[in-house]
Formats: sequence, C-alpha cells, structure tokens
Amino acid sequence: MTTQFETVIGLEVHVELKTKTKIFCGCSTQFGAPPNTNVCPVCLGHPGTLPVLNREAVELALKAALALNCRINQDCKFDRKNYFYPDLPKGYQISQYDQPIGEDGWVEIDVNGERKRIGIIRVHLEEDAGKSMHAPDGSHSLVDYNRTGVPLIEIVSKPDIRSPEEARLYLEAIRSIMQYCDVSDCRMEEGSLRCDANISLRPVGETKFGEKTELKNINSFRFVQKALEYEVQRQTEVLSSGGSVEQETRRFDEATQTTVSMRTKEEAHDYRYFPEPDLVRLQVDDAWLARVRDSLPELPLQKRDRYEREFNLPAYDAGVLTSDIGVATYFEAVVAAGADPKAASNWVMTDVLGYVNAQGLSIQEAPVSPAQLAGLIAEVNKGTISIKQARDVFKIMCETGKDAPTVIREHGFEQISDEGALAAIIDEVIANNPKSVQDYLNGKEKALGALVGQTMKATKGKANPAVVNKMILERIGK
Amino acid sequence: MAVHTVKQIMESLRRRESKPSEWAEASLARIRALDERIGAFLHVDEAGALEAARRLDGETPNHPLFGIPYALKDNLCTEGIPTTAASRILEGYVPPYSATVADKLRQAGGVLVGKTNLDEFAMGSSTENSAYKKTRNPYNPACVPGGSSGGSAAAVAAGMVPYALGSDTGGSIRQPASFCGVVGLKPTYGRVSRYGLIAFASSLDQIGPFTRTAEDAAYVLQAISGHDPLDSTSAPEPVDDFVSGLDRGVKGLRIGVVRDLSQEGLDPEVGRLVEAAIATLEGAGAEVVEVSLPHMHYAVATYYLIAPAEASSNLARYDGVRYGKRVSGDSLIDMYERTRSEGFGIEVKRRIMIGTYALSSGYYDAYYLRAQKMRTLIREDYQKAFETCDVIATPTAPTPAFRLGEKVDDPLQMYLNDIYTIPANLAGLPGISVPCGLTEAGLPVGLQLVGRAFDEKTLLAAAHAYEQLRGFEMPLPGVEQ
Repeated sequence: MTTQFETVIGLEVHVELKTKTKIFCGCSTQFGAPPNTNVCPVCLGHPGTLPVLNREAVELALKAALALNCRINQDCKFDRKNYFYPDLPKGYQISQYDQPIGEDGWVEIDVNGERKRIGIIRVHLEEDAGKSMHAPDGSHSLVDYNRTGVPLIEIVSKPDIRSPEEARLYLEAIRSIMQYCDVSDCRMEEGSLRCDANISLRPVGETKFGEKTELKNINSFRFVQKALEYEVQRQTEVLSSGGSVEQETRRFDEATQTTVSMRTKEEAHDYRYFPEPDLVRLQVDDAWLARVRDSLPELPLQKRDRYEREFNLPAYDAGVLTSDIGVATYFEAVVAAGADPKAASNWVMTDVLGYVNAQGLSIQEAPVSPAQLAGLIAEVNKGTISIKQARDVFKIMCETGKDAPTVIREHGFEQISDEGALAAIIDEVIANNPKSVQDYLNGKEKALGALVGQTMKATKGKANPAVVNKMILERIGK
Repeated sequence: MAVHTVKQIMESLRRRESKPSEWAEASLARIRALDERIGAFLHVDEAGALEAARRLDGETPNHPLFGIPYALKDNLCTEGIPTTAASRILEGYVPPYSATVADKLRQAGGVLVGKTNLDEFAMGSSTENSAYKKTRNPYNPACVPGGSSGGSAAAVAAGMVPYALGSDTGGSIRQPASFCGVVGLKPTYGRVSRYGLIAFASSLDQIGPFTRTAEDAAYVLQAISGHDPLDSTSAPEPVDDFVSGLDRGVKGLRIGVVRDLSQEGLDPEVGRLVEAAIATLEGAGAEVVEVSLPHMHYAVATYYLIAPAEASSNLARYDGVRYGKRVSGDSLIDMYERTRSEGFGIEVKRRIMIGTYALSSGYYDAYYLRAQKMRTLIREDYQKAFETCDVIATPTAPTPAFRLGEKVDDPLQMYLNDIYTIPANLAGLPGISVPCGLTEAGLPVGLQLVGRAFDEKTLLAAAHAYEQLRGFEMPLPGVEQ
C-alpha cells in the first residue's frame, strides 16, 4: 500500500506599499521611470547618509496589518539584515526582525464551499532592493536603483495551507484585501506583489512537519499553483521511492514549468540581524491607531456575506463581484441606480467583465457607466427590448458610449408587444406550420418553441417573445 | 605669526579691523608653513577658501563664526570636495552632498580651508591608521597627536585654524585634544546631527569642536547644534545659549571624582596634574564629592563589541559597486574580496571581523546582547552618580601623547588609552577635555569633565572657569620654533 501524504504550505508575500515617496528618503516610487532616475544619496547608500522613516508607509502598513486581523505592536523597532549584493546599496536591508508592526492575524478563504481560516504569523515593514540585470554572456551586470527603498510589507502565513489551490486562493485573498484597503496595486507583473512559498509533505495523520523546500521567483497567481503542484509531485516521488526531501531553496522555472535548486541549507545566509541604530523606535499612539482602524473599508469577505444577505445573490455571484474592489464598486453603483441586484449581477459578471477583460481594460475604464447599465436593465424590464436585443444594445453602447434609450431609438431596437401588430404575422406562421401545430397538440412541448422562433424570425427578432408565446397559445391552445 | 582664537577674530571682524580674506590667507599661509612637518591636512582647498572668504569681504558679519576659517575632519562629507575618511576605499570619492554641520557652518559664514587627517574610518587613537599620512603632535613631532581626530586637534594646536570639527565615538575628540593641548568637546548624543558624518558606530558617533578655549567651543557648539530632520536620532531638545552662561563660575558646582576609577596604566604625572586641576576648582568654591561608577571597568570590553558590530554593518556599503575604489575580479565575490582587501587597512579589517563575529548566529546573545545590557548598567551608573554631583572629573587619557609607532603593534594597549573617554559615549553623555598643564617632557595633559545629558552648558562654564583659574597660558607648541 502506498503512503498518502498531506501537503503543508506557508506563504511569504511581499507587498509594495502605494506611498508617493520611498520609505527612508524623499525619492519618488513611480514605477517604470528610466533607470536610476528616482535616486538620491540616501537610497544609493552614500557614505554618511541616514534614513528617515516615511509616516505614510507606517500608516499603510498599519492599515494592512489591521485588515489582516493582526495585533499591532504599538512600540516596535527596525533592524538591519546584513548581506552583500549589488542591488542592496548599504550592504544591509532595513527590516523588522523580532518586533514586527503586526502579529498573529488571519485571513479567510472559501475552499469548495467551506470557509477556512489561514493564520498570519506576522506583518513587518521593510525596504525593497534594486533590480539587477545580467548580460547574457555573463560579461557584466547592470543595476537599477529606482526600486531601492520602496516600502514593502512582508506577510508571513502560518503553515495552515493544505493544497496548491488553497495557496492560490490565499494569495488572491491577500491581493483583494490589499486592494480594498488601497494599500497596494498588487500587480504581480510589476513586482508590487511577490510570493515565496514553503512546502513540505508528511504522511497523513503525522503531526510533525516534514523537511521543507522554499520556492522563489513565482511571478503570477497561476504559477503559484503550478509551482506548488509540481513540487507536491516531486516531493511525493522522492518520498515514495524511499528518499528524503532536502531542505533547500528552489526556483520556479517558467519555461519548463518545474522547480530547480538554487541553494542548499549549508549555503544559507547568516543575516546578523541587529537593531538599526540610525532610527528611533517606531511608536504608534492610540489616537493614530484608532484613526487608521476607523478608516478601514468593508473588507471582501464582509462585503460578500452582505451581498448574499442583502441582495439575495448566490454565493458564486457574491464571490465574483467582491473579489475585486473595482468590480464591487461598479456593481453597487448599478444597484444604486435602481437596477435589480440579480440582473445587475448577471450583467456585470458576464457582459461588463467579458468586455473589459477582452479589451484589457480595468472595470473603472468600462465605456458603459453603472448608471447607463442600470438604464439598459430598465429597458428590458419595461419590455422595450428583449434580453437578446439588450446584449446587442450593450455592444453598441460599449462602442459609442451612448445611453440605452438612444441606441434603441437610433437602431430601431424597439420590441413589438402590440398584439394588433403581431396578430397577422402569428396567424400566418400558424397557417404555414401545420406540422408544428399538430406536434404541439400531440404533446411535443418543444414544437411551441419552433412556432415562437418562426414569429421572431419574421419580425427580425423584434417581437416580444412573452407576448408571442401567449398569442400562439390563445390560438392553438388545448 | 600670531595665533588667534575664534573670539579674537570675531571681534576684529566686527570692528572692521580686518576682512575674512585676510584670515583665510593667514590660515592658508600657516598651513603652508607648518603642515609639511605636522601633516594635519589630507586636503587643503585653497581656491575654494579664498573665493568664499572674498565673497564675504563685502558683507556685514551676521554670525559669531562669520568670516572665520575652519577645518573639518575628513569623515565629514563636503559637496564637491574630496572626502576619504582616510581610507583607500574612498580614494577619489567626491560627495554629492554636504553634512548638516558643513551646511550650518557655511550658512554661518564660516570659511572651510580643508579636510583633516584621521585614523581610517575614525578607528584608532593615534591617527597612525590613516591610509594616507602620519600626523605629528605639534608639541613634539616624535609623538602622535592622538586620534582618531588627530588632524583636527593638531591643526588647531598649531594655530593653522582657530577651530575644527572632529567626531568622537570612544574619545576621538577628547583624547587628541588632551594630547595636543586644546579644548575638545563631545556633545550629548543627539545634540548635533550626524547626517553626513561617515558612520563608524552609529549609536556612539557624535560630532564636536576643537578650539583653543572653552568660550570658543561654546560659539562653535551653538552653531552646529539642534534637531535635524535628516537625522532621526538628533534630539528635539531646545538648544541652550551656551555662550551667555559661561561666566557663572564654579561656586557650588559639585564635582564628582570616581572612587573606583581604574589606575591601571595611569601615568603618575597625569594623575598629579588632574588632581591639581580638581583642587584648583575646589579652591574656587566647587564641592568635591566621591561617586561610584562600578561598571566602568567593563566599558572598554563593552565598547569593543558594540562599536565593531555596528561598524561591520556600516562599512558593508564599501563594495566597489557604486562609488570609491573598485578592484576588478573574476566574479562578483572576487571583486568584493579584492576591493575590500585592498581598500581597507588592517585595523578596519580587524574591527569588521570582530563585529561580524559578535553579531553571528550563535554568538549574538553572548557578545552583542550582553554588551548592550552592560551599556544599560553603565548608563544607570551615571544616572545615579549625577544625583549627587553635577560633573564628573577624570583624566581624559591615562597618558600624555605617546611616540609614533609605540603602540601600533599592540591593539589592546592602544584600546586602553580610551579607558576614561569610552564610558561617556556608551552613556551618550557630553564630555569636554580642557588642558590642565604640561608634563616635565613638555607634553600637554587634559582634564576631562563629563556632564548630564544635554547639559553642555555646565561643562563649558566649568571649563571656562578653570581656564581663568589655572594661572597659566598653554604655550604655543614647539613647532613654532
């Protein structure tokens, strides 16, 4: 009998904070500036320069830690993490070692319909390093220090994650919470959200952890799951064949979709942490903490529960609508403009998101405003147009930016609901389709659809299907 | 050539009897005449000094330091002017910015004439660890000027500049002041911004003045003190008027003498001169009380863990990547190793190794953490002592200036020369060294007074009172003849 293994995963997530300036100097944090233009003597580590803490960075870190249900260390400090690398100008990174700003929090995710809580060990503040670029022939390297000193928080989860899918859901939950709090853009492709994973296996029922590997260089949400899935498979094979997993750091290779070893435990750094003597202790008084706490928005899961409760939406809808703050805001505006919540949900999830995703836009850039969408939904409710027509109207609205009534009028989309106008056409359809009529009378319900379809075809889709249905039944009804 | 104090030059300029450019020229002339023998300067900015001074010639003095030449220890960054910290690794480095103290002195109308020699990265007690040159004691060229701010001390002692700034991490202002017969003041930690001071040990470093008199020290301290938004560890405490309180005398001043002061290595002549100085103050109405600093014996050991630990991290930035010296190698690690091997001197390497070791995993608790605990005990000793006294008097250094080469091969002996100065750095307290006489051999000896945090005013007033009472003028050093 082969041993069944349980997967144990913990994630370390780095999130760049959305401050205007760097954490210890006045340089801009603007992404994409020409190399080495957002730099100064302080972030370049010139002799004699000193760091000065940016309060905005502390504020955002506090917000994030509170949103992750952490206890706040109102009196904490910074430490130096010492190591040599060209993208680290001072030869040490200013970070927080034994007194992080936030500790002992949690995040909830929904896994197969079950709500699961993932513990957060700590949230700490630190500075980002620069970016190295290596010449393909190995002749030289270039370093861009624009990112040096951009504020980061590192969020360390407990080893509570039990599958690669849970890992992805957890990471998505973190992103969603950070975006809700307006703490970070969380753009993995720009590096403003980065993820390392610790993963180990153990026989089912075992309580001790197995030997773990650390995965680095995971650059997308999809890869988080892929890299971990590969690693589960690899470790399972190692353990099943009687081998043991080596404690090491591995890197996800996008090209081969596998993980490859970077360094073993013996090569691990001794970072020689010690308290940063150039900064005073970080003190957050009660008033500051209370102000930040009061500024916290409704968080994704709270919003999701409220949508189910208040709008009677299915859990699936509520989940999709709340995973992104922009989508939730858009949806709520559609409802606020008078639309029925379920109709609004359907439109937002399929049509609006379908359009913006296809165009590579964010929902804030959607050409149809929430009020315009509510207007379109109202036309369907009034019976002016059918739902099928509405889809066409929506497409034209996207292209022209015009309101629903304007598009309907200009393109002759009005639905025909007038029985007088339809009577002659329906009589003709019945006369021309005796077989369908007979089928229906013989109990083939489907045949009614064929008759309605013929009528719709004859009216070029403008007939109100409900009215047509009713009129046909009046004429051939049993 | 006459030698003048800050006060004398200030008054002459105010009376319009002289012009800034004349003082700059006089300073430069004296440097030209003497510095070949003394070696106080690493860089003299003749053109810059004259240009700055001439610009001031037409202006009205608006600050006590207006138009007065000065020098900076070469670990203080000066925009556009080479700054090396006396290390090969910063050879040719020209900072893109100026230290806050340099900015303040420039704004006050000061005229910077040059940068002075030091032990590499301020690590040393004799200035012999400079990668560039030896500095000689103006009182006896066979002797060291002390260190690490030996260049600044010698420049003021030899009358090349009326004042200079140095930095003091374990005695690097007070000990060379003592050796060179000038006044040296280490302010309270946080009193003066460290922005632009090339860090040796961040929690101990403090910038302060060398002057010929305590009164001059008050003028300079006034100009450089105060909170700096660029240095989070600079104190928000209001800055006293150091000059106006100078004449309050010593009547009723409680002078603490340390009962358990280590006599180890104390030169008897130094001991006698310091005792005489304390007796002089007592004769003028000061009260002498015994105090105890029971943990003072551990100060040197504590210091030689904390300072190297911080230094090992502070000096990590000299990696050959962005500025300063780079020695190419076959790989990144090879480049680092070659650059740092060739760029740093032996004492700097020794301290980087000690500090790296003290911070290493498995040793941190036994060394760094324990040293921090001892630091707290030393600080508490002082707090207790200052319940019964206002200043604590000791020798500044256990010996007068020693001979060049005498201690270079014995780092422990060299370290012990800072036995009386180190405790004040560990406690963050202000200390002043004021000349209290010459040995038979004609070498100066300094009296050290240590005061409460942010109470430089009392130190300056006591030192000033002593200068009036001591009954002699410090002779101009032998280099004159």
